[in-house]
Amino acid sequence: MSVVLTMIEYMFDYRRVSPAATPSRINELQQRVQRMQGSAISRTLESLPGLSDVIQLRTGEAYAVDSPSLAMAMVAGASQAGEWIGIVGAPDLGLEAAAGFGIDLERTVVVPHPGELWLSVTAGLLDVVSVVIVKPSVPVSAQQAERLKSRLRIKDAALVCWGEWPRSDATLTITESSWLGLGRGHGRLTARRVVVSIRQGGPVRRVSLWLPGIDQQVAERNDTVVPLVVAQAG
Amino acid sequence: MAIWCPDWPVVAAAAHLGLSVQLPLAVFERGEVYACSTMARVEGVRRGMRRRDASARCPELTVLERNEASEIRTFEDVLSAIEEISAGVAPVRPGLCALRVPSRFYGGEKEAAAVVAEHLVSAGVWDFRIGIADGIFAAEHAARRAAPQDCWIIAPGGSAAFLAVLPIGVLENAELVTLLRRLGIRSIGDFAALTTRDVLTRFGQVGALLHRLARGLDTRPVVSRRPPLDVNQRVAFTPALETVEPIVFSTRQTAERLVAELAHHGLVCTEVRIEVVTEGGWTGSRVWAHSRWFAASDLIDRIYWQLQGDPAPEPVCELRLLPESVESLADHGEGLWGSALNEHVERGIARLQGMLGPEEVLAPSLQGGRSPRDRPLLSAWGERQPTQRNPQLPWPGAIPPPAPARVFSTPLPSVVLSEDHRPVRVSNRGLVTAAPAFVSIGEDSELIPVDAWAGPWPIDELWWDPAQARRVARFQVTGVDGSAWLLVVENDQWWTEARYD
Repeated sequence: MSVVLTMIEYMFDYRRVSPAATPSRINELQQRVQRMQGSAISRTLESLPGLSDVIQLRTGEAYAVDSPSLAMAMVAGASQAGEWIGIVGAPDLGLEAAAGFGIDLERTVVVPHPGELWLSVTAGLLDVVSVVIVKPSVPVSAQQAERLKSRLRIKDAALVCWGEWPRSDATLTITESSWLGLGRGHGRLTARRVVVSIRQGGPVRRVSLWLPGIDQQVAERNDTVVPLVVAQAG
Repeated sequence: MAIWCPDWPVVAAAAHLGLSVQLPLAVFERGEVYACSTMARVEGVRRGMRRRDASARCPELTVLERNEASEIRTFEDVLSAIEEISAGVAPVRPGLCALRVPSRFYGGEKEAAAVVAEHLVSAGVWDFRIGIADGIFAAEHAARRAAPQDCWIIAPGGSAAFLAVLPIGVLENAELVTLLRRLGIRSIGDFAALTTRDVLTRFGQVGALLHRLARGLDTRPVVSRRPPLDVNQRVAFTPALETVEPIVFSTRQTAERLVAELAHHGLVCTEVRIEVVTEGGWTGSRVWAHSRWFAASDLIDRIYWQLQGDPAPEPVCELRLLPESVESLADHGEGLWGSALNEHVERGIARLQGMLGPEEVLAPSLQGGRSPRDRPLLSAWGERQPTQRNPQLPWPGAIPPPAPARVFSTPLPSVVLSEDHRPVRVSNRGLVTAAPAFVSIGEDSELIPVDAWAGPWPIDELWWDPAQARRVARFQVTGVDGSAWLLVVENDQWWTEARYD
């Protein structure tokens, strides 16, 4: 009798169950539910080598960032792996910088001025491309976000919003930023150190990044090693 | 048979500009006379003369620039006139074409030439000469000897004798001709008298070929051109239609017929001109290009966009589809495993273009330029790229990477102040009057203390063209808040061109 009781106790013991329910386990279960419902299965898109431990885009998800550089760096890996990229509503996005981060402009579609139609344009573009960078001209309502989210799942695509996105799967903000290479009247901008805070489900993570580094590559920053050239120029 | 129209560049240029060939005219290429009219020749203008010398000989000379495309286009009329009576015309160059003599049909060479001459005159070509010989080379020179609208016939096997008396200059190979003159060979006959072996060892393949021509052994076959396909399609509307939808709907079959007709010849259309004609005679015309090739549905889309973007002021009575460039289907065929992805992309983008208009969906690429605003090149999806500046060239004065992540389409007016709040200026010698200490980006925004700065990097662009000349200096500035900007100063006014964001 006591054995049975213990078993039942264990069944309701919250702490015993919780260690197994890590975010990855939850994701897996969510995928299984989706698979049973017959909707598309989420897949992980390629990311730049320097960013693979920081953030990996998954199809069917929406991300919010506050910096165009970060948005471009996030989608560059997918573009290099052969995916098509769409850019909606961002006429002042530097395309040269996009190419510098590794986005293949041959496989990029730009709609700079969608106006009020930005939502339908983004939805239409999802037929064609795998990742969309969008900069909404007006605040996005939760309902619009939800509708686009289901579309993302069906079309097997990801969305990176330059701005606010209600209930995004991850929100990336640059909390610290400093440029290297510029002196008082001499030098030129060469590299940028940023600290990105990532809110993705659990607690906020902070990551230090070169965006871009002195070799024009995005990389995770190891603070103990500072390139000599940068130290001199700064 | 060779048909030669003398001074064709002049005739073509005169027809293009609506001038009379009776005036003294001269067509110039690279500052030298390329061809001149009879009147000009009488006044002493010669080929190869410089502009000043030609004007000195003949003060009333009309100077024309050479336009090779228009020469070819005008000669097309002559070719099609000849094709009406004899198939297989081989254009040699604008002003000269060759064909096999249709003598059996017309009962003799002279008769055939007379028929051709009569037909050309009735088609409005006045000045031409006809030469008949065994080869094209001899026939061309026979034509030069003939009277206007007449023919000069060289009997079979008589080419060598006819050519022998001509000066060596007719070979039209300046290098070889000068060399032969210095060797004392003055006429074609002298050249033909050399042995083939000597010519081949001394002058190589080119010399040997010209030697064959000189001996009257011109065996180049007359390669006839294929008459261009007439695939233009038109739809007439009776009564004329006003609204877009019925027009597009009624054009569907025609578009399908055009694509099917081209496919029948193994061709696809990559560029099409759509012409809309209204009752009142208004014509709207536009060329559309496709990054792959036009299917019937693509043509329908383009018609729809054209009618939407450039609406006809009156009811439309006719619509024409004129393929501007057609290519072989083999170059555009689908791969063995299909090209489903690209087709899928094209279709999706066409839908977006239908929603927003064709100019709103863009394909980006990079070009050369100094300002970050000059470097991206955006062209409407599917349209041919406009001429671009070469990005491979060094472009001295361009800002080295990293490129700014935000480039403002219109630069923001800015203010840069020194430590004592006085505006910073750049002197004529390219020096700053004081170190920048505060910067405000955009109108009425707050001052940000400057952390670091570099510049000025002066650029004196297009100084030779007063209308476009720009004298600017660029600065990179970082604020204490970590923001970085690209500023430009022109005539003491500061602008922010881009943000390193």
